[in-house]
This record gives sequence, structure tokens and C-alpha cells, in this order.
Amino acid sequence: MLAGLDLSVVADSLPYLFGEGMVFTLTLTALAASGGIVLGTGLALLRLSGVPGLTHAAKLYVELMRSLPLVLVIFWFYFLVPYLGAWAIGADTPIRVGAFASALVTFTLFEAAYFSEIVRAGIQSIPKGQSAAARALGMSYAQVMRLVVLPQALRNMVPLLLTQTIVLFQDTSLVYVLSLTDFLGAASKVAQRDGRLVEMYLFAALVYFAVCFAASLLVRRLQARTAIAR
Amino acid sequence: MTAPQPAATGGPMIAIEAVSKWYGEVRVLAGCSTAVTRGEVVVVCGPSGSGKSTLLKCVNALEPFQEGQITVDGTRVRDKATNLPRLRARVGMVFQHFELFPHLSVLDNLTLAPRKVLGRSKAEAARRGLDLLARVGLSAHAHKHPGQLSGGQQQRVAIARALAMDPVVMLFDEPTSALDPEMVGEVLDVMVELARDGMTMMVVTHEMGFARKVADRVVFMDRGEIVEDVAKDAFFDRPRSERAQQFLSKILAH
Amino acid sequence: MNYTWNWGIFLEPSPEGAGSYADMLLSGLAWTVVTALCSWAIAFTLGSVVGVMRTLPSRTANAIGAAYVEGFRNVPLLVQMFLWYFVLPELLPARLGAAVKQMPDAPFYTAVLCLGFFTAARVAEQVRAGIRALPRGQAQAGLALGLTWAQTYRAVLLPNAYRIILPPLTSEFLNNLKNTSVALTIGLLELTARARSMQEFSFQVFEAFTAATLLYVALNLVVIAGATLLERRVAVPGGR
Repeated sequence: MLAGLDLSVVADSLPYLFGEGMVFTLTLTALAASGGIVLGTGLALLRLSGVPGLTHAAKLYVELMRSLPLVLVIFWFYFLVPYLGAWAIGADTPIRVGAFASALVTFTLFEAAYFSEIVRAGIQSIPKGQSAAARALGMSYAQVMRLVVLPQALRNMVPLLLTQTIVLFQDTSLVYVLSLTDFLGAASKVAQRDGRLVEMYLFAALVYFAVCFAASLLVRRLQARTAIAR
Repeated sequence: MTAPQPAATGGPMIAIEAVSKWYGEVRVLAGCSTAVTRGEVVVVCGPSGSGKSTLLKCVNALEPFQEGQITVDGTRVRDKATNLPRLRARVGMVFQHFELFPHLSVLDNLTLAPRKVLGRSKAEAARRGLDLLARVGLSAHAHKHPGQLSGGQQQRVAIARALAMDPVVMLFDEPTSALDPEMVGEVLDVMVELARDGMTMMVVTHEMGFARKVADRVVFMDRGEIVEDVAKDAFFDRPRSERAQQFLSKILAH
Repeated sequence: MNYTWNWGIFLEPSPEGAGSYADMLLSGLAWTVVTALCSWAIAFTLGSVVGVMRTLPSRTANAIGAAYVEGFRNVPLLVQMFLWYFVLPELLPARLGAAVKQMPDAPFYTAVLCLGFFTAARVAEQVRAGIRALPRGQAQAGLALGLTWAQTYRAVLLPNAYRIILPPLTSEFLNNLKNTSVALTIGLLELTARARSMQEFSFQVFEAFTAATLLYVALNLVVIAGATLLERRVAVPGGR
């Protein structure tokens, strides 16, 4: 029962949990979120470009990613990336890719599909008159998007993008299936080494909760503020 | 605790005594008192925001109030021991926006509460429901859904739905103000007929023509207070308060 | 790329003895579907209750509902899976805990409970949004007819709210279906786990994952087709 909890296990492993585990988790989250948003914006623009081949390719990519479990995608890329790398540099044998790089590629490509749906909805929420007005001024499609539509759309999308980033932060725990040392992976390694599963997993849950809950409160406050500004 | 009084006493159907209500700091009803006797038609009017709809919703406890008492056919509304669903089952209400249940057919709208609340059989409820639809002239629409009817038709269904519970009194909350002008008449006709059949009615409305035709008394409200509570003719011919005079001149000018 | 493709691998017997690799994947598919359906039953029921609580006039009900949603939404699913599987039996009275651990198919029951409670938080948010989207007068109309609060919710508010939220509920159903794969970490032999074992046994990694991918895509298409049919069947004549 709870009375028998040994909290010293948690205390002793704090440097490892945060110094290695949480740093890994946060790095992966930050890089994959940045990459995912950039790539996702690209996908959204392709999808809205109206060029038949591009629109369909982007749609197919997004729909495919969204219909697959993240765990399967993690496995896919874990095995695929070495081959893709070899193909890219013209090598004969699959190249060696570090587990972190593999995870980063996976999360960037996977989350890009979800980010692109947010960006697409954001762009579509800008009245058509805005792009018509910009076109009338002689701007190209790229200029219309870059100078007129995206700056407005991005501002509206910030809360949703941040919420999706919180989801991404939680999702990174799935690198557990590759035995990587993210925050949960670190907790799990200590748990198994010392046989203290209860303490370590409860502590991990608590930390995730604290981070995600605090972040979601911040997003909500931001949302309230942008709602007023509009 | 007093025992519930027998239904057929000679007292008023609705007795409203010194009712006050606050939303937080804002007082929306200020010591309102009036009564509706059996078979009487009382029209409640006043500028928007005067508290007339709120007062009406206090009668069947859709809105809580903090002071005073309302008694409906011997049952005290603001009393913890009162079974509110049972009270409301005897008080019919018609809403400004009809509030028919969109997922149910017209007939099912009429039979839902009689079956669930009064425990009537499906067949019995349907028979009574079809009778009432005939009465409001909508027999042909029994198996349509509300979304397929015009606003005027929907409001007539809503009146029939309230009548299906065999209420002892009917409350109307601006029943025609959400309607296109050409549909107001068909709804008022049903209400006039209901009044002539002797139904006790409390009606919040801006339709002064209706008030002139069937009202026994007019209650005029402004800023949460009952300003005038007089016989119909007295209200229209010689309103005493300046506020009622202004209201009438504005509303009758058109 | 020098990778040796062998699409015939699916017909070869799997080292488990009982059948071919194809059979192995199909059994994984069956576990995925059964786990998804059972957990959805919990998620839908519990999520509706919690969602309704968040729309009641009672402060306590609201607070409990909000705490539930925040709790289950802010902890990663994988961590929740571990809490149910490794931690909960330890916190139960000793004999009960031991019995739970020795239960046959423990990973399945654990996954069903975990996914059910996790997805319920998401369903609750949708149910709440659906009820909030209804005109306030609908509840008043139900009450004015003498219906109790419970009757008003059951006969009036929920049937209309569910119709409104059918599309987001469909995507929560799909999320739940995909999330069953997280249960491979506690030993559930669902589709992704089976594709992974096939890869380990046969070394035909891309065939295994391609097959799993196609099966997931097919499941998605079936669910979407089903949801479209359902939407058409419950559509209200005249719209709302």
C-alpha cells in the first residue's frame, strides 16, 4: 500500500531522470514540434494550392499518417530510415542511424500531418476576401500566403499548435518501444533496476501531469487573450 | 409544512406575493405581487428587460427567486418539499422559440411527457395527441419533424404539446415574437380559442390587439416592478402611470 | 536499396506453429478490434456521464467532471497503461492484487480498462460541447413539461447532442482504435505487436509493416463508412 512507498529511490534518481530523461524528452519535443510545424505548413499549402497532383499527394500523406498508430510509425521509420539514408547518399548498405535521429525523423514526419490539419483550418478561417484583395494588388500565390494570409492565420492558430505540442510532448513517451532514455524511459530503467515500479511510475505520472496541466492552463489564458484581441 | 390544499378551492390559480430576484448584485424582480384567478386571462407587458419573462418563469420554477412566494393551485413553488416535476406537469408553458424537440416527430413531441410523466399508454397518448393536433389544425403533419414545419406551425404544435398534459393553467412567453409577421395570426387564433374555452392563461406579449380581445386584466412591468395591474379597459383607456402611457404610445404608434 | 523482398512470406508457417504469418497478423487484427470495441463501450458510457456532470447546475458535479478530464488528459497514455498494469495491483489489498496479476489475458483486460478510462475523458469533452451547443430553452422545455432532470437529459438533450457530435466522436473512436497499439508494451498481442514479431522471426520487416499498414487503413475506411451510414440513419428530417 501507499504507506510502504520508498521515496528515496525517486530522490536518488532525480539527476538521472531530469538531467538525461527530461532533457531528451524536451529536446525531442522542441525539435519535432518546430520541424512538424514547418513541414505541416508546407503540406497545408500544397493541399490548398489547387494543383491537382500536389493537392492529392499532400492529402494522401496526411490521411495515411492519421490512420496509423504512432507506435507502428515509430517501428516503420526505425527500420526504414537507414535504407532511406543509404538511398539518399547512394550507399550500398543501410547506413547506421542513431536512435535519437530516427525518433526525431519519425515524430517530425508524423506530427506534421496533424499540424498541417491545424494550419489548413487556420488558413481556411481567413475570409476569402483577404486573398482576393491581395491578388487584386497583383501578388502571387506565394506572396498572398506569406504576406497576407499566413500572418493572420498563424496568430489564430497559436493556441491549437501549442495544444498539439503538449500532445506531442506526451507522445514522445512512446520512444519507450525503442528502449530510448526519455523521461519515462529513464524512470522505467530505474524502476526495473531497483524493483520500485510503483514509486517510479507514480512519480513519472505526477511529473507529466504537472507539466501538461500547467502548460494547458497557459494555453487557455493565451486563448482568452487572443479571443479578446480579435 | 402545510398539507397541500385541495385543488378546487376558491383561491386564485396563481398567487404571486412580493417576489424578488437577484442575478448576483443586480435585482431583476422587485417585490412583485399579483394573482391570476381561475378562468382568467392576464396579459403581462412592458419594455424589454422589464422582467416579465423572468417573472413568468418563476411561476413554474424554471427561474429560482430569493424572496417572496408563488402558489400555483395550492402548491408553493419556493418550498423544498414541493415536487417540482409534478407541479410543472400541471402548468403548461409555451416558449418564444417554440423549443420543440427536433429529433422527435410532431406526434412524439406531444406524447413524450404524457407517457413519461403521467404514465399514459402509447396508444392513449397518441389518441389524445392526434385530437389536439386536429384542434390546432395540424392533423396532416403528425408524422413530420419540427424542422419541416413553418414557425407558425411549430408554435401551434408547441401549444398542443403543452395542452397534452391537461394543464390547469397555461403560461405563454412571448409566443409570437420569434415569428414572421404573416404567421402571428394563426398562433393568436389558437390562443384566442383557448381563452374562450375557459383556460386560465398568463401571457407575456407585445400583441396589444390580442390583449384587447381576450385579456381580463393587464399587468404592466418596468425595471422589475409591477407598475400597473388593472382591468383591460382601464389599462388601455386611462393608464395611470407615465411609464405605461409612454409604453402604449410607442407600441400603438405603429 | 538492397533489400530482398519476399511477398510470399505471409503464406509461410509462423514459428509459433499454429498457422501462417498471415494468420498471425489476422489474429492481431482481431485483438485490435475486440480491444477497441470493449474499451469504447466503457469510454462512451463513462464519457457521457462525466460530460453530463460538467453541464449540471451543481458545482460539485462540475468539479468532479473537470478533475476527471484534466487527470486523464494530462498524463501520457503509455504512463497510464503502466499505472494500470504495474502499479494498481500493488496498491490493491495483497490477495486481490495477486489474483489480478495471475488473471489469464491480464494485458487484454488492463488495456480495455486503461483505454476506456483514457478515451472517456475525450468523449466527455465532446458530450459537454454537444450539450452546450443546444439552445438553453430545450432543457427548460423538457422541465416545463414535468420531466425530471434525468428524463430531460435522456429523452431530449443527449439524443440531440449525440447527433451534433457524431463526427468528432467518430474521430475519437478512430483514435481509440489506433491507441490499442500502445498496449503492446504490456504484452497485448494486437496488430502492431504481431507485425513486430513477424519482423523479428522472418526478417521481412517491410512486408510485415506494409501488411499492418494496409490493415489499419482498411479498418479506418470501414469505420468511416459505418459512421457515414449511421449519420444518414439518425439524420433528423428537416435538419435542425
